[in-house]
Amino acid sequence: MQLPNDFVLFWSLFGRSVLVNFRKTTPEGSPIGSNAMITVLAVFGALSVLTPFLTKLLGRKVFLLLAAFVAGVFVWVLTLLPEIFANGAISERVEWIRQFDFALSLRMDALSAIMSLVVLGVGAAVLLYCTHYFSDAEPGLARLASLLFAFAGVMFGLVVADDVVILFTLWEITTVFSYLLIGHYTGLKESRGAALQALLVTTVGGLAMLVGLVLISVETGTTSITGILEAAPSGTATDIALLLIILGAISKSALFPFHFWLPGAMAAPTPISAYLHAAAMVKAGVYLVARLAPTFAENPVWVPTLATLGIVTMFVGAWRALRQYDLKLLLAHGTVSQLGLMITMFAFGTPEVTMAATLMLVSHALFKSSLFLTVGIIDHSTGTRDWRQLTGLGKKMPVIATFATLAAVSMAGIPPTLSFIGKELFFAEVVGESASLWGIIALIGVALSAVLTVAYSLRFIWAAFGTREEIPEPELHDTYKLSALSPLVLSALGIVAGIFAPLLTGLLGSHASTIGEVHELSLWHGFNLPLLYSAIIILFGYLSFKERRKVLRFQQRVHIAAFDSTRAYWAVVRGLDRLSVIVTENSRRGRLPAYVGAVVVTFIIAAVSTVLLGSFFPLEFRIMDYPLQMLMALVMVAAAIMAAVAKQRITAVILVGVTGYGTAAIFAFQHAPDLALTQVLVESVTLVAFVLVVRRLPSRIAKEHKASNRPMRIFIAVGAALSIATIAIIALSSRQEASIGESLGPLAHEAQGHNIVNVILVDIRAWDTMGEISVLVAMATGIVSLLFITDRLGTAPRMARGASNWQARARGTIMEPVTSTAITQLKPHDEEATRKAWLVAGRTLDASHRSALLEITVRLVFHPAIIISIYLLLVGHNLPGGGFIGGLVAGLAFTTRYLAAGRYELGEAAPIDASYVLGTGLLLSAGTAIVPLFFGMLPLDIVWWDFTLPLFGEMHFGTSTIFDLGVYLIVVGLMLDILRSLGSEVDRHQEEGMQARS
Amino acid sequence: MNASLALIIAMAGLFGAGIYVMLERSLTRVLIGFLLVGNAVNILILLMSGGQGPAPILGDDPNAHTTDPLPQALILTAIVITLGSAAFLLALIYRNWWLSKLSDEVPSVDEDDLRDVEEVFETTSEDESAISMALEESDDSGDS
Repeated sequence: MQLPNDFVLFWSLFGRSVLVNFRKTTPEGSPIGSNAMITVLAVFGALSVLTPFLTKLLGRKVFLLLAAFVAGVFVWVLTLLPEIFANGAISERVEWIRQFDFALSLRMDALSAIMSLVVLGVGAAVLLYCTHYFSDAEPGLARLASLLFAFAGVMFGLVVADDVVILFTLWEITTVFSYLLIGHYTGLKESRGAALQALLVTTVGGLAMLVGLVLISVETGTTSITGILEAAPSGTATDIALLLIILGAISKSALFPFHFWLPGAMAAPTPISAYLHAAAMVKAGVYLVARLAPTFAENPVWVPTLATLGIVTMFVGAWRALRQYDLKLLLAHGTVSQLGLMITMFAFGTPEVTMAATLMLVSHALFKSSLFLTVGIIDHSTGTRDWRQLTGLGKKMPVIATFATLAAVSMAGIPPTLSFIGKELFFAEVVGESASLWGIIALIGVALSAVLTVAYSLRFIWAAFGTREEIPEPELHDTYKLSALSPLVLSALGIVAGIFAPLLTGLLGSHASTIGEVHELSLWHGFNLPLLYSAIIILFGYLSFKERRKVLRFQQRVHIAAFDSTRAYWAVVRGLDRLSVIVTENSRRGRLPAYVGAVVVTFIIAAVSTVLLGSFFPLEFRIMDYPLQMLMALVMVAAAIMAAVAKQRITAVILVGVTGYGTAAIFAFQHAPDLALTQVLVESVTLVAFVLVVRRLPSRIAKEHKASNRPMRIFIAVGAALSIATIAIIALSSRQEASIGESLGPLAHEAQGHNIVNVILVDIRAWDTMGEISVLVAMATGIVSLLFITDRLGTAPRMARGASNWQARARGTIMEPVTSTAITQLKPHDEEATRKAWLVAGRTLDASHRSALLEITVRLVFHPAIIISIYLLLVGHNLPGGGFIGGLVAGLAFTTRYLAAGRYELGEAAPIDASYVLGTGLLLSAGTAIVPLFFGMLPLDIVWWDFTLPLFGEMHFGTSTIFDLGVYLIVVGLMLDILRSLGSEVDRHQEEGMQARS
Repeated sequence: MNASLALIIAMAGLFGAGIYVMLERSLTRVLIGFLLVGNAVNILILLMSGGQGPAPILGDDPNAHTTDPLPQALILTAIVITLGSAAFLLALIYRNWWLSKLSDEVPSVDEDDLRDVEEVFETTSEDESAISMALEESDDSGDS
């Protein structure tokens, strides 16, 4: 009849996302051609899923295919540029969850386009390089290929995302991919350690950023990035949000104090380092700063925070890069330094400085990935990256050496490269008209680190390609020439872009020109102050390299511990580990009473404080409805207290039974016939089950508690009793509205049932019942699993094959229990005994255990009981009864069979696996829910049929009866499982025990 | 609406006695407490139906006044679930006894857990020192 709202919501969302209900909307002012970007992202996703299979087919050549696709997307973005420059941006929007005003919205403006070109261009080059870098035998090649390719797609999505939710999701995916890719060599400790470190650091930042993004979305009332930037909020909340977002950006881009994870990440294969940890992922933080800077540059926290951290980072990174033996680590520390530089420059958010930062970003992506790939070639062909073992490579691979030198020239910021132009622009701007305090500070920082950058660039070339007489020349074992293509192209592009910079003003200045007017780029600005700075920087850089011994010894002496945050990281991580152990040890003592006590005491405190602190609560009650009620109550309480202090198990069980039957009586007197019936049946079953288990246990309950705790336990128990009594009285006397029960009568009538309780169970709230019977199935399975250690399938043990009553008579076969062990007094071929037996398995019991009276009674009662249970099931809709009650009656009938003649009798009475009974029940109930869907109805819609049956007369049959039949079967299945576990299986254990003793 | 004190007494008495036994270590006691509290809570829910009336079984008039059927539906499933839980607890009690009979040495889960935790800490520490060592080894001291 009724559907829960969340269910409707779920289906509507499901339908929306699966049935591809794309609704395009056009934000004003931005043209929209198609969902091309979304389609590209979808293809990225699909192709990365297919990549493992393609890798099996193609081996390492799969990289060629992937590189071709990424290059294709690169070219496609190039073709979009005119439109972006003309209109400002290309937007796409697909409604997703309208209830939350959430859409898949993507937007490619100038900044996104530049970032996309960087990400896709370098991505294509690196994928191409991988074709020759990896061999077909590389372990985990399929995973690596798939992740690396998917990463390119995620990164592309990240830079075009126009919604903070999408941005954050993709941001976190890059973190996870980075973890998986750094840990590519799963067998290496370094690899695992570095991967975990990178994951923890970037995730912490990511979480902080999430809080920041939520704050700022709440502040502006939108999750759209464009919307947030348009709103340009300010105030304390915005400051805090910005600081948190900065935390995310600097952890991702490895700024101080998080700079230590990036060099560690060099444990990854070199192409991964080149792409993720030089060109793409670490630029995500830079991108975020670049995205927000024009709007928030005036915010009081923005420039000071970013400039301080950026300057420290650029210095610390360059300082450490200067002293590396490992070429790859030299580049990694250099990357840290450059990331600091880029973020510092982007932070200012003014047009010219932003243009300078853009140049640095593009230039860095080109030269750094080129250098990384070069190191990969050196590593592969010589087997080392330690320059102390390298010599003569300049002569042996002259082309590579030349292009690597060109890339290093870019890195050092020497003309005619983009980096040189970028730095010149920056210097000109910060000492120019708009000079500011932070501009001057940044100038000094940039200049200092630029000196070090020149020095480590020179060191790189000298270390990689220099000739050292004292060591033998290494053998080159690889054909490296093909893999040289990517680094050569990337390196050449850096130089070409520098030379033709004026022509590229349109592209590289496109983002800056959205902030304000920018000038045309040029290599030569005449003799001016910036040029002088550059000259001084290059001179000092050269001197630092020349006098490297002195510099190194100086570095050795003035080791700055504060900049080594690895130790702080370790201390924090270990501290958290220890803390978690201490907290767990102290809160989780493995003592059940402590947990129960904590829950109850909390309940008491909550109840008492609410009553005491609240306003006046009415306390109305009547003494009793009739004298018997008070008598019953007192008897029940007395029985409960006696049960609580009873020393024998069986005494306690019987006393609990008294309270149970008392409860049933209360139900009966309170006009709840269904409840009274159920309670009586359940109470009987519980008693039987209890006795079945208790017979094997020591009769006395073990005393495991201290007597000294007793007053405390009494205190808690009395407190709990008083609290719940007070709550009950207050709740009832405060009640003003009528119960929704009033409306259930008409609903039941509509559902064609007279027994409202049953109609609620099988129709109105059938979903709840569905959950409950699922719990019953789980419990039944749990019980069986606890008792049957080896194999829990199958029925209770049966008599020998063909041994059921009539078959035995017909064939005269031997009747012997399948696994009879203790029962040996059976005479084979005793046809007479079989024929006279009231219960077929009765004679499997020891004669002293048999009761003729019980066997006869059970024989007479069993079949009528089953008929009654089915009757109760069928009439349940109109009279007391239903699936639960019917199932319990049938279960009790089986119980009597077991009690009268043992476990073989149970096997004969129910020769079917209880799991099938449970499964069929669940199938019927779930079927009633699902089948209506195929007829265009809602789940659990009920259909009625009227027909006439001979003997039964007019029948009125609804699908709710099928649902109730499912409930019936599940209850029967539960009962069978209880009997075969706590009954039959415990019997077997007992017999085995007796046998072992004799 | 108000409550019958007799029922409140029955409910609170069962509840208190149940809590008292639940605070003991013996699993059998916990089960007894569980059954007592189960009965108490069922009476509590029934109490909440408030007013009296005929059993919620309709005659021909769908709007006829009956006692509130909703708590009854809730209790009915609760009773059956209690049966399942009790049987499960019984199975647990039996298994517990069975295991303790097999060996006198009660396996201490806590110590195993702690050892596992120590091992995890140790391996992560080893991994992390490995990467730190690798980074430090690359530092040029200027002697070469």
